[in-house]
Amino acid sequence: MVVPVAFFALFFAWPVVSIVERGLRVDGVWQFGRFGETLSRPEILDVLWFTLWQALASTGLTLLIALPGAYVFARFDFRGKGLLRAVVTVPFVMPTVMVGTAFLALVGRGGLLDELWGVRLDTTVWAILIAHVFFNYAVVVRTVGGLWAQLDPRQEEAARVLGASRWKAWRTVTLPALAPSVAAAALMVFLFTASSFAVVQILGGSTYSTLETEIYRQTVVRFDLTTAAVLTMVQFVAVGVVLAVHARTVRRRETALRMVAPEETARRPRGIGQWALFAAVLLSVALLIVLPLGVLVERSFATSHGYGLDYYRALQTPDPSGTFLVPLLDTIGNSLRYAVVATLIALVIGGLAAAALTRRAGRLVRGFDALLMLPLGVSAVTVGFGFLITLDEPPFDLRASWILVPLAQALVGVPFVVRTMLPVLRAVDERLREAAAVLGASPWRAWREVDLPLVRRALLIAAGFAFAVSLGEFGATVFIARPDSPTLPVAVARLLGRPGELNYGQAMALSTILMVVCAVSLLLLERLRTERTSGEF
Amino acid sequence: MLVLDGATVRFGERAALDAVDLEVADHEIVSVLGPSGSGKSTLLRAVAGLQALDGGRVLLGGADQRGVPVHRRGVGLMFQDHQLFPQRDVDGNVAFGLRMRGAGKAEQAERVAELLDLVGLPGAGRRSVAALSGGEQQRVALARALAPRPRLLMLDEPLGQLDRGLRERLVVELRQLFGRLGTTVLAVTHDQGEAFALADRVVVMRDGRIAQSGAPVEVWSRPASEFVARFLGFDNVVAARVTGPVAETAWGKVPVPDGSPQGERRLLVRPGGVRLVPVDEGPEWTVESRTFRGSHVAVRLRPVDGPPLDAELPLREAPGEGAAVGVEFRAEDVVVLGDDIP
Repeated sequence: MVVPVAFFALFFAWPVVSIVERGLRVDGVWQFGRFGETLSRPEILDVLWFTLWQALASTGLTLLIALPGAYVFARFDFRGKGLLRAVVTVPFVMPTVMVGTAFLALVGRGGLLDELWGVRLDTTVWAILIAHVFFNYAVVVRTVGGLWAQLDPRQEEAARVLGASRWKAWRTVTLPALAPSVAAAALMVFLFTASSFAVVQILGGSTYSTLETEIYRQTVVRFDLTTAAVLTMVQFVAVGVVLAVHARTVRRRETALRMVAPEETARRPRGIGQWALFAAVLLSVALLIVLPLGVLVERSFATSHGYGLDYYRALQTPDPSGTFLVPLLDTIGNSLRYAVVATLIALVIGGLAAAALTRRAGRLVRGFDALLMLPLGVSAVTVGFGFLITLDEPPFDLRASWILVPLAQALVGVPFVVRTMLPVLRAVDERLREAAAVLGASPWRAWREVDLPLVRRALLIAAGFAFAVSLGEFGATVFIARPDSPTLPVAVARLLGRPGELNYGQAMALSTILMVVCAVSLLLLERLRTERTSGEF
Repeated sequence: MLVLDGATVRFGERAALDAVDLEVADHEIVSVLGPSGSGKSTLLRAVAGLQALDGGRVLLGGADQRGVPVHRRGVGLMFQDHQLFPQRDVDGNVAFGLRMRGAGKAEQAERVAELLDLVGLPGAGRRSVAALSGGEQQRVALARALAPRPRLLMLDEPLGQLDRGLRERLVVELRQLFGRLGTTVLAVTHDQGEAFALADRVVVMRDGRIAQSGAPVEVWSRPASEFVARFLGFDNVVAARVTGPVAETAWGKVPVPDGSPQGERRLLVRPGGVRLVPVDEGPEWTVESRTFRGSHVAVRLRPVDGPPLDAELPLREAPGEGAAVGVEFRAEDVVVLGDDIP
């Protein structure tokens, strides 16, 4: 408990508070009057309104499309399930910069739809919403589906025998059991879409601006730290309210569930209804996820003189313009190294926090639970900038250190670890731990012997999430990555920011490489997972 | 081996354990018997260290266990629903306690095989615990609890979920097994048959206190109070005024054993102590119901005035329903009950 609290105090609270202080305190006097002034500006109100409704719409749309997917992954057994699971996770692993890029290639000017039918969506809000669904599909499938697969179907059967219809049994037995994870998924999607940065930046152009892009613009373009600080505070409060509401609704809903091995619950689809559902899910995955990724790959090969490997070759040579000090290919290695370290940090911190939260109850602990989610909703731009101004003096002179990047990335990884682990940890029957203790296991040993094997699945999922968000983290990393070792998303953003076909092509090529790397590591993770679980019995 | 000295556990206002004193000697098998909510499971949890005491002491082998964590107490506990580790096979479950004590692989394998033999599941080591029947799970749970040679083995409703035939067979097996191994056992159950068959000594609990403690035959033949009598299934309890060898009751004059307490009392008549006589020798009773019980017939008798009386009669002596009979009592089947603990 102490370690996670210290971690958050040092690497989250301090930088954010410092930034706010810098913006709102002039000559030692707090300028709270600036709040009313800033918040009454019509353009700021527009930003706030747009942020809210696009996040709500994105979340609703994502749940609508992804929940059937979660069901299919949890309950159906089919060939290539592991592959498909990896495929739907790829968008989430992709840096948001590249999500924006992929959709630009699909629906933007000169994009696929434009070429075929002259349809362009990049000036409409639909592009943003669809990109958000694309990006968050995996969040729902993984969080909800992971638990769903382990729910004992016999509970539902018991309800059926007691006279409940299929729908009613699902609604009264399965849905309440799933509710915490659905709420957790919805919350994550909401926070992600509300603080969505790169996607809105790329697809929204100058028409649409969210809080996050506005904070970035005020900080970097206008150097108006005061407005940025006010907006950060607004974001802070809004996120706090959302988290409080969420904490209230899920409280006491996480009860001990009967868990079974996921292999036991999956069946081949049966009957027209199930096959239709299965086909619909496959179709939605194909249109929403495979198509944008395919277009991205296609563009990376499409040079001015037909298809070729020109852009890939260009990645191996140092950049002639001197923007990058190293061959762009090196950024892949940088990104992976940072992400691995960030994942380890997130697992340790998040694991400790989740374990502490399982053992204890009470107002304080619940508050901490909610606090852990804050970094997801609070501007990464603020955090990154905050890192620069706070961690540059002893005893934490880390500005020149490589560890700064993984630290910032771990900050967004921890909430995922906690959110994924907690429902499963709480579902572990306390008496199993007691049985282990009576047999001579110390509390730590009991955790290792009882909880860990039961939550290993969740742990792997959590690690996958942490790795993914670390890899894709952009808002904070763009501030603190050193020029000689940029991460891949940073490099892509810089390439996209420069004109020219070669830069665009290189961005696409780099994105494609990362996509393949991610897909392969995800497949390995899937494989590891099934081997381990089947090896137990 | 085990001493409880004024052990007290409170849940809010209610005392789940109320200053309980209890001793369990080496190699003794003690059954704690009581209705649900009487605090018997709390007793086990307090001894295991899963439940902190609000007062009093728990001593194991003479040493106060205050501050000793669960895993260092060296006791075994078999949970009510077994709580086998679902992700481990039978071997993994039975070997768990040995691994926690740092036993070597060879030693573990040997001991696991030995115990699986002992509980009648030889060669079942590689099976998944999910594939076991209830009786088999119970045996694995027992083997798991016994494997690390606990100085005290505690059983929480050990046979609770099994069917009757299996339960009756297992309880005999358990008693023989514990006798052979010399295990010290503290078992908790709500089933009196199970408790009497298993234990050297029975402790009856009520509302967190011990209502009676003694050898099974002693508790059975001399229930200390109306609560214990009724809990053991005796319903023939009536108010009485005891004077010398006779008690005045609503059922007429009832002879009592020599040395019974005198004055206003509650009186128990065991059903076997009721004899039927021709009507003209006493007040008239009516046979209200007649239930065939295999070895005997249970007959419910209704007096002219007063509570009904249960009698156990040999098959050929039992009258039909509605018959009018007279009743006599045997003094050795009459118990003058003590006061219930407040």
